Amino acid sequence: MDHTSPLETIFRRVALGVILVFFLFPIFWIVLMSFQTNEQILRIPPRVFFSPTLSNYKALISGELITTVGSLKLTFMHNLWNSFFLSTSSVLVALVLGVPAAYAFARFKFRLGEDIAFTLLSIRFAPPLLILLPLSLLFNEIGLSDTYIGLIWVYQLICLPLIVWIVRGYFEDISPDIEHAYRIDGHSWAQTFFRIAVPLARPGIAAAGLLSFIFAWNNFVFALILGSADKQPVTVGALAFVTAAGISYGQIAAAIVLSILPTLALALYAQRYLVEGLSLGAVKG
Amino acid sequence: MSGLELRHVRKAFGAHEVFPDLSLEVEHGEHVAIFGPSGCGKTLLLRLIAGIYDPDAGDILMDGRSILDLAPDRRGIGMAFQNFALYPHMSAFDNIASPLSAHGNSAPTEHVREIAGLLKIDHVLSHAPRALSNGQKQRTALARALVGEPKLLLLDDPLRNVDAKLRYEMRLELPKLLRGFDATVLYVTQDYKEAMALGHRIAVMSRGTIRQFGTPEEIYYQPADVEIARLFGDPTINLLQLQPEKNEGGVHIRLSEVAVPLPGGDTLPTGRECTVGLRPEVLAFVDADVPAAIPVTVEAETPLNEKVVSLVRTSCGHELLVSRPAGTPAPASGPAHIGVDPGRLLLFDPSSGDRIALQDAVSTRGGSTT
Repeated sequence: MDHTSPLETIFRRVALGVILVFFLFPIFWIVLMSFQTNEQILRIPPRVFFSPTLSNYKALISGELITTVGSLKLTFMHNLWNSFFLSTSSVLVALVLGVPAAYAFARFKFRLGEDIAFTLLSIRFAPPLLILLPLSLLFNEIGLSDTYIGLIWVYQLICLPLIVWIVRGYFEDISPDIEHAYRIDGHSWAQTFFRIAVPLARPGIAAAGLLSFIFAWNNFVFALILGSADKQPVTVGALAFVTAAGISYGQIAAAIVLSILPTLALALYAQRYLVEGLSLGAVKG
Repeated sequence: MSGLELRHVRKAFGAHEVFPDLSLEVEHGEHVAIFGPSGCGKTLLLRLIAGIYDPDAGDILMDGRSILDLAPDRRGIGMAFQNFALYPHMSAFDNIASPLSAHGNSAPTEHVREIAGLLKIDHVLSHAPRALSNGQKQRTALARALVGEPKLLLLDDPLRNVDAKLRYEMRLELPKLLRGFDATVLYVTQDYKEAMALGHRIAVMSRGTIRQFGTPEEIYYQPADVEIARLFGDPTINLLQLQPEKNEGGVHIRLSEVAVPLPGGDTLPTGRECTVGLRPEVLAFVDADVPAAIPVTVEAETPLNEKVVSLVRTSCGHELLVSRPAGTPAPASGPAHIGVDPGRLLLFDPSSGDRIALQDAVSTRGGSTT
């Protein structure tokens, strides 16, 4: 089945290499930066070889940044926890709401069904800034501004459309006869949903959950406007490194590395599901 | 009391009316084959009974009680799907045990093993459906339908997706197996041999209506119309457009200028053509000196294992298929003579296609069409 010529193979490897360098080099450079002091980073020309320091990580974890103009309190670890809490809760809420909704869109024809589904999708098209101003006024009014609940609610704008639209496709791939057979066997509607539909769509649900977790984790602007320092995730928290004494590139790099780690770990763990889930139909045979 | 009854069931999808008005009554414990071309609504019929769809009008009764207000899980029906519809994430054992566990039977092991043994799949019970062959999948689906000992068993063309050899085996095995269960059985098929082998009665469906409902013999010997006559029988029935003639000896038709009498054909309207149906096995090669022997030319011969089919041409150009048991002598080509059993000849109205009953001929076979 292999029809590729040696030239093609070589070209393909070179192209793959270029792409890998393009995407991975910035990350590699950030990792290097995170082990350097600000002076080392700003040296011209930059050097690949240097004596590494853990001071950036120490500052982040201890929460104290020593600058030329004095010591500064850092809430990075709290931000990291906020990110984790907000993303996880948002994805869980979106799964609880979105999976049944996706099932309904996949299986039942109802009035305005397609319109509702499309409206959900169109939320993804809208620039967040467009809705942020009215939303922040509204949240101030009803007391949801600067609360975890308010942020989780707003994060549904990110997670819910993703989950509904990805999982819907998986439900549509399941032969309805499999569910019919389970009903005829004597199981209730709910049993059929939880024991047939959901397990069979699991790769899709896992992929959708993972993607929306990453999107929620990377969100910046919602938390910037709607949350105070106390509730802000790492994406916003990183702003604290732009200080009066200058920009602490080393700490920023270390913060980026630390904030990439959870999603990276999750992605590596769920890679199997992700590839299977996003490329293959859920049910064959 | 009838095991299953459909009363004036109507079902439409949008503007497309699948069943304008369908009624069917099946005796308790009876095995009925639903036969018809694809797209005539056979599968939909089973789905209406199972409760997957609801009819727009009419009623469906089991043991004299309407089941329309019952959800599919409360109807006590077993169903095997054409595409098997096995649960891909469960083992064959769990697939089969599903109807038992649904009804709170916590220890279904023995029962599952018993039915799996009957269907010869007890050695693959731990396998996932994707690890099963098509034949084993089909048996698993069948076992799942049977294990709950349902009062009504719906089998939706279960042999469609299995290979020819297995289909032949199952055609012999299934009636024996089903006899062990006290269930009313509806068996959907597109294969007339399956319908004949498995049904006490056959309901022939066409375009959303039941054209004929009768025993396999009735369907074969007294088809309600020319379409049914064509669907049942291999090789297919010979159909000729001929004009019956009347003289002092009665009514007859002519094949190669030889008169073939139509017993009881006095009631036929003369002077117009009708469709004459001659099953290939009704025709036989005879010697030239037999009375009313019809001279023909043998054009070709096709051996089909247990029988041989010859294509012959009459002197007026009609082509006929003649079937005879393999090993019996007959001319392979050139001129020959055939004889017709007039009592087994079928007549159809050329415009409506309905069969025209020849009183005397019919009464020799007994029974009546419905």
